[in-house]
Amino acid sequence: MSDKTGTALRAATIAVLVENEAGVLARVIGLFSGRGYNIDSLTVAPVDAEGRLSRITVVTSGTEMVIEQIKAQLDRLVPVHKVSDLTLEGPHLVRELALIKVVGTGDHRVEALRLADAFRARVVDATTESFVFEMTGNADKIDAFCALMRPIGLKEISRTGAVAIARGTSALMG
Amino acid sequence: MSATIQHADSTPLTMSGAEVVLRALKDQGVEVIFGYPGGAVLPIYDAIFQQNAIRHILVRHEQAAVHAAEGYARSTGKVGCVLVTSGPGATNAVTGLLDALMDSIPLVCLTGQVPTHLIGNDAFQEADTTGITRPATKHNYLVKRSDDLARVVHEAFHVARSGRPGPVVIDLPKDILINKAPYAEAPPASQPHRSYRPQAEPDMGQVRKAVALLKASKKPVVYAGGGVINAGPEASRLLTEFVHMTGFPCTNTLMGLGAFPSQDKQFIGMLGMHGTYEANLVMHGCDVMLNMGARFDDRVTGKLSHFSPGSKKIHADIDPSSINKNVKVDVPIVGDAARILAAMIQAWKEDTTPQDREALASWWRQIEEWRAKDCLRYVQQGKIIKPQHAVKRLYEITRESGRETYITTEVGQHQMWAAQYFGFEKPNRWMTSGGLGTMGYGLPAAMGVQIAHPDALVIDIAGEASILMNIQEMATLAQYRLPVKVFILNNEYMGMVRQWQELLHGGRYSESYSAALPDFVKLAESFHGVGLRATNADQLDDVIREMLATDRPVIADIAVAKDENCFPMIPSGAAHNEMILGPGQEGGVAGVTDEGKVLV
Repeated sequence: MSDKTGTALRAATIAVLVENEAGVLARVIGLFSGRGYNIDSLTVAPVDAEGRLSRITVVTSGTEMVIEQIKAQLDRLVPVHKVSDLTLEGPHLVRELALIKVVGTGDHRVEALRLADAFRARVVDATTESFVFEMTGNADKIDAFCALMRPIGLKEISRTGAVAIARGTSALMG
Repeated sequence: MSATIQHADSTPLTMSGAEVVLRALKDQGVEVIFGYPGGAVLPIYDAIFQQNAIRHILVRHEQAAVHAAEGYARSTGKVGCVLVTSGPGATNAVTGLLDALMDSIPLVCLTGQVPTHLIGNDAFQEADTTGITRPATKHNYLVKRSDDLARVVHEAFHVARSGRPGPVVIDLPKDILINKAPYAEAPPASQPHRSYRPQAEPDMGQVRKAVALLKASKKPVVYAGGGVINAGPEASRLLTEFVHMTGFPCTNTLMGLGAFPSQDKQFIGMLGMHGTYEANLVMHGCDVMLNMGARFDDRVTGKLSHFSPGSKKIHADIDPSSINKNVKVDVPIVGDAARILAAMIQAWKEDTTPQDREALASWWRQIEEWRAKDCLRYVQQGKIIKPQHAVKRLYEITRESGRETYITTEVGQHQMWAAQYFGFEKPNRWMTSGGLGTMGYGLPAAMGVQIAHPDALVIDIAGEASILMNIQEMATLAQYRLPVKVFILNNEYMGMVRQWQELLHGGRYSESYSAALPDFVKLAESFHGVGLRATNADQLDDVIREMLATDRPVIADIAVAKDENCFPMIPSGAAHNEMILGPGQEGGVAGVTDEGKVLV
């Protein structure tokens, strides 16, 4: 991957710890749209017992200089506690959750169940004509599963986008 | 008898939200607030009426309130304060807020809001103010709980003035202003904010690395910007000390004028699109560049791929996001300019490596050759007043007067001529809209400066087009007897637009002629001021002298040459060594490519 000047692009999974206050997500999203940065996926939820802190995981791509800019721009937002480039900082886990609805009868149902088993997707809803599968994994695994389901009755997909965490003992705060 | 309600910690609450706001402003040292009333902020206006600690200046348009607060802030180093109503009050303020954001000016702007229970209902004069101002402010708040009110006001001032300064909006629903609210003192400086902790102290390792590079340099330059001004007058003093001890040439950005004295022999003028020949060629040819508090703006760098190709770059900035944004640098230093300069002076003394004095002397010989080009030369002959001459004479005559002088500008050719021909020896004397380029900035900014410095000479160097963008503020000048001088370089064109149309668009002067201009002399008189006019060169000095001697608002309408262009100029898309010089001077005349035409 490269931009139009030929500078190499890279993907980055960035974890951002923010004050859980009104408008904070709009600040982060506005920063990306206003400055023309990509968002491949973005997830957010409170992560502490009191609900004062939220963790945003954003997957983006750009030249090294743009990714450095993104991190610096995020870091200077007033409600941002910590910004961490998990891609750069070392081994980390990335997971996504997807709910996948497949509609069909006969052989297609059997095939759908067989593939789901192979991919460790769970059936969380079933009717005589449909399944909803739940699966977690990285984006590639979910993409692959969806591609296989397409010819056998894939109807609808709902995905969370990536959440990520560093391996080992290190943590975003402290 | 006023009703009191019990707060959770059983302290009786005696103050309304509006009174809490004013108390917090007072505790933050606010003396003046620029504003315009309206329904949603009536409780604050009522509280203002009943106190004497804070003076309110009634402007005639909310945009002007923000620019006035900017002028106040830039000329004093304090946080400027603005008060406007909800809806149109807030939206009118947006241009000023973005102006302050781009130029890093500390402001706190209080906006009224409809009561909390009506938010989202499309109520009368409702606007999503925090949504609209989010990209136009450093930070903003919507106060939905009375308990948060005092804390938010204190925090807003802290955010506005610390780190890279900027504007902060506090949106105040009317019920929050009317209901009783608890007061809380500002938290002590020792208690840091939960998440916002800008770095002011530089890393000494980086400072020493920078000094080592500078010591080894043969063709150095110091390029200083608005960050030095924002760091306070001490930073300018330290910059001057550092430049003197090193013997380096120093150039200032538009925002940095006054950070280094213009009369100093080591000053090589402003750099950038309309900077001096010598400053731009020094930037192009240097081997080590020290950027102190500037941000490699596109007006300064010209074509990025050709910007100062052979130099090692040191970038000192308080905002880490400014570093490596446009230009990749070799030694970044994050921190406050005054502290970085103090650290660099100390490190320079400690580093025993001798300087290459011979190389520096030869660099200066080269610079003197470039300087000899005298790129700001113009010829004033005949009766038609050259705009450059008008500014030069204004500068010389104000200097002779010995008065403390503050200059503001509007935006366009006159702004660049003011930057080129008016010299500044001290920081905080020059107020101009650099980043956003806001026409209509100068008059209200001058108003704010004059409020802060009642006895000083405050001059708005203006163009006839820009001045009309906030001309209503003449009424504010009259009301508060502010003797601001408006010095209009009247060429009957939006001059910079006309210049670009001449150079880039085949001389097709599309909509850039200032038709149907008012009679500025009568206009001044109708606003209870004094109108003066100079139409030929013989009258110029007399008009300037009379303007300076008049202790009232003055508009001096100076009819200048209509087709004069602002030179030197680096055309868009060109590099520093491809600048266009004025007529009759040699220099690389670069053609403008389509790629360049795309740029503004």
